[in-house]
Amino acid sequence: MPVRVQQEDFDTGAEIAALRRADPGIGAIASFIGLVRDVNDGDAIAGMTLEHYPGMTEKALARIVTEAKQRWDIIDALVIHRVGELKPLDQIVLVVVAGAHRGAAFDACEFIMDYLKTRAPFWKKEQTAQGARWVEARASDDLAAERWSEPQAK
Amino acid sequence: MSIRILYFGRLREDMGIPGEMLEPPAQACDVKSLRAQLVARGGASAVALGSGKAVRVSVNQDLARDDTPVKAGDEIAFFPPVSGG
Repeated sequence: MPVRVQQEDFDTGAEIAALRRADPGIGAIASFIGLVRDVNDGDAIAGMTLEHYPGMTEKALARIVTEAKQRWDIIDALVIHRVGELKPLDQIVLVVVAGAHRGAAFDACEFIMDYLKTRAPFWKKEQTAQGARWVEARASDDLAAERWSEPQAK
Repeated sequence: MSIRILYFGRLREDMGIPGEMLEPPAQACDVKSLRAQLVARGGASAVALGSGKAVRVSVNQDLARDDTPVKAGDEIAFFPPVSGG
């Protein structure tokens, strides 16, 4: 399954190996791992809770992966996003894209993350010394996603 | 068949409930008019969904716009701009 939402951690090496399936047509693998930092907006972060919209989340992520496959000449892609309680150093999200060549793999990987950031229904609530607070969406994420609004060449 | 309403993130906290069932609208309704109907109840709904708040809406688990139609049996979710990844 190309999209998973789970509480458990993931093993990047095992996921990449599974995606490759010893397919000799794959010449490039691009991956992105998002991690929990210990600082945000100048405050120390003790941990965070990731909430999502079960059902819509999987649907939104699957649609993003489908669009990436339509727009770039890639062979396969995988998205794993964790939910629940997370601490600094924890992994949050994994995107892996396999293709024949690096250009499409890099671009599709970045596209998937940019769209995930602005279209997939996840919300972070972080714990600081002053109490818990919801993480606001960033305008820079909207700008990053807008880059892809013009059709890209394969 | 009623309309199922869901709230997520900060909106869920502001509303004080994760969701609710509403009677279906008597006449043609869209996202904008449904939101206005909820705000008109006052209280937590007016605070959480008022015009000053950045609110995103989905209809049947697809991102929706103000003019997206809403009908009996739909699942409508209200939530803040997303912040995953």
